[in-house]
Amino acid sequence: MNLLIKNGRVIDPSQNIDDVLDVIVENGLVKEIGKGLKAPSGAEIIDATGKYVVPGLIDMHVHLRDPGLEYKEDIISGTKAAVVGGFTSVCCMPNTKPTIDNKAIASYIINKAKTEGFCNVFPVGSITYGLSGERMSEMGELMESGCVGVSDDGKPVNNSELMMRALQYAAGIGIMVISHAEELELVGEGTMNEGYTSTELGLKGIPRVAEDIATARETLLAEYTGSPIHIAHVSTKGAVRIIREAKARGVKVTCETAPHYFTLTDDAVRGYNTNAKMNPPLREADDVAAIKEGLRDGTIDAIATDHAPHHLDEKDVEFNVALNGIIGLETSLPLSLKLVDDGVLTLNQLVAAMSCQPSKILSLNRGALTTGAIADITLIDPSVEWVVEADKLASKSKNSPFLGWTMKGAAVVTVVGGKVVHRR
Amino acid sequence: MAEFKHKHIIALRDLSKEDIELLISTAESMREINNRDIKKVPTLRGKTIINLFYEASTRTRTSFEIAGKRLSADTVNITTSSSSATKGETLSDTALNLLAMKPDIIVMRHSVSGSHYFLANKVNCSIINAGDGAHEHPSQGLLDMLTMKDRYGRLDGLKVAIVGDITHSRVARSNIQGLTKLGSSVFLAGPPTMLPPGVEKLGNVTVCSSMNEALQDADVVMMLRIQQERQGKTLMPNAREYSRYFGLNPNNIKLAKPNAIVMHPGPINRGVEMSSSTVDGEQSWILKQVENGVAVRMAMLYHVCGGEMGE
Repeated sequence: MNLLIKNGRVIDPSQNIDDVLDVIVENGLVKEIGKGLKAPSGAEIIDATGKYVVPGLIDMHVHLRDPGLEYKEDIISGTKAAVVGGFTSVCCMPNTKPTIDNKAIASYIINKAKTEGFCNVFPVGSITYGLSGERMSEMGELMESGCVGVSDDGKPVNNSELMMRALQYAAGIGIMVISHAEELELVGEGTMNEGYTSTELGLKGIPRVAEDIATARETLLAEYTGSPIHIAHVSTKGAVRIIREAKARGVKVTCETAPHYFTLTDDAVRGYNTNAKMNPPLREADDVAAIKEGLRDGTIDAIATDHAPHHLDEKDVEFNVALNGIIGLETSLPLSLKLVDDGVLTLNQLVAAMSCQPSKILSLNRGALTTGAIADITLIDPSVEWVVEADKLASKSKNSPFLGWTMKGAAVVTVVGGKVVHRR
Repeated sequence: MAEFKHKHIIALRDLSKEDIELLISTAESMREINNRDIKKVPTLRGKTIINLFYEASTRTRTSFEIAGKRLSADTVNITTSSSSATKGETLSDTALNLLAMKPDIIVMRHSVSGSHYFLANKVNCSIINAGDGAHEHPSQGLLDMLTMKDRYGRLDGLKVAIVGDITHSRVARSNIQGLTKLGSSVFLAGPPTMLPPGVEKLGNVTVCSSMNEALQDADVVMMLRIQQERQGKTLMPNAREYSRYFGLNPNNIKLAKPNAIVMHPGPINRGVEMSSSTVDGEQSWILKQVENGVAVRMAMLYHVCGGEMGE
């Protein structure tokens, strides 16, 4: 299927393009970008007037729950939610059952995504076997099997020596280490951010310094070893500052944040709302401001959702008992577009954070509309308004703090490898 | 008479000044029943109350049970050792099963803060909180306020010192919420490891740098139970050192007003947060608190049932 995407505002930060242009897609690749292009014979013409045409969005941090926890989500439902949300690629975390710590599981995910999924799925293997934090996974084989990074996401590698060796080893074979940065002793049995709200609600708090300390350790280990590191789901003012300073020193550190960290504060927990419970927890207004500033000044490289589906039975329980995490694939784009509406980011910066940068950090060879590039393309209507309703979400799980919110902006067409996989 | 519009009593944070005053004044009138030879009125005859306790309790559970019985309600006690919780049943399922037996009120104690709100969304009977995690213990807050009112005839303008582990104390939170709504000023003291962030923003609350500062000219001194299991952990060195800096004794009690009253929600660690002489001394109103507990709980049960005195 060939395409002519006509008259859209094409934004491709990789080539510094921001202009009303046409895009021709042939045989799954971007063939040409220009003005007044003629449709190749048999091509479908998509009128993109008033729409943004951007390199396919990439969510570098999702949980697809497949294999093992398919009652929450699977590769089919998760990738469907992805393309509805405008994502053409997702990177799935290894805390599946069994863990992505071997070739068999990585291959299973890649094959299932290719045959039954809606978008590209790039697995992230584990740093340590079974996420035990005890000995390194076979990172070389994981990389050869198609893993694009390694992470023990959900928990930190507590042992600093092991983490240092993992960074050195991973750098040697060229795979990115993604850190879940938390000092577990300080997290303790905390269930939300430690602050005024936790005091009022009588819930045990997780101090922000738990994330700051771990972020500092990771940047120091990266600095000492000269190896790259990527910090997942940055949520605190302190972590942003530490990463900014490390970058200024030349440390090879990159990081991501999630839409909920620049949209919500821990006030969202009031009423003991388990859909506002995640790890790291929602923080305070000054953290939200620092996250936005970090995105604006480039300290924060990427926006990722940490899409974490959980069954209603795991959320419709007492607050302490509820599992951590929220879904995000279908709400990420409008929440992020709001940063542009609010003047925090330029559109160019937003597309970079949601496509170019994740591709670059994990060497995905995506995130660009250059001639010959794989045709992963997202068409965005920035003005359409819609309400988040549980029964209309493509994800199997409905654990979102944004249920009932009116969103502005949506992916109207999602193209993966030249094929239209979603139309709104 | 003012009207009580709440179906549930989960937190004093959710109640207005008028609601709290009404509960206290009803409790004052209930007290008369407790002094009769035949301590029973038919007010809640035919009502069923389930006391669902997921945490151990002697005082509170007994007090709620007696309160229900004095109002002629049928009361059933379920404690965690005899419940389905140990069989892995969810709170939601337990509640729905109990609800199928048509109780009018569930009085619950649970270790998870906020679990009563969760429960209230699941059931159609009234929910009364007998303590949830470190959140609130409204019946304790109310009986404490009733006790202070007994002593001073008012709550407005009182200086109340609360000393101990504020972070983990639902008693402290309910007292802070209630007292500051009724015009008292609250002074907190405890090791900084036991003072939660932003607590001074909960109302007219002052965080003191020492116990002496909190005690100075206090009308009421409320000592909190120190959890023995916290000894040797990260919050304090041990009971001995805690007692040295945050224990009430015959010397530092003199900093409070001469006729100040001393309170404690119990159970007391004698020799830790209070010396025995202060527990048993003339200024101790601790047993008065327990006595008032029954009346306060009668008032709570009565008002969530619609508040019609059938006498």
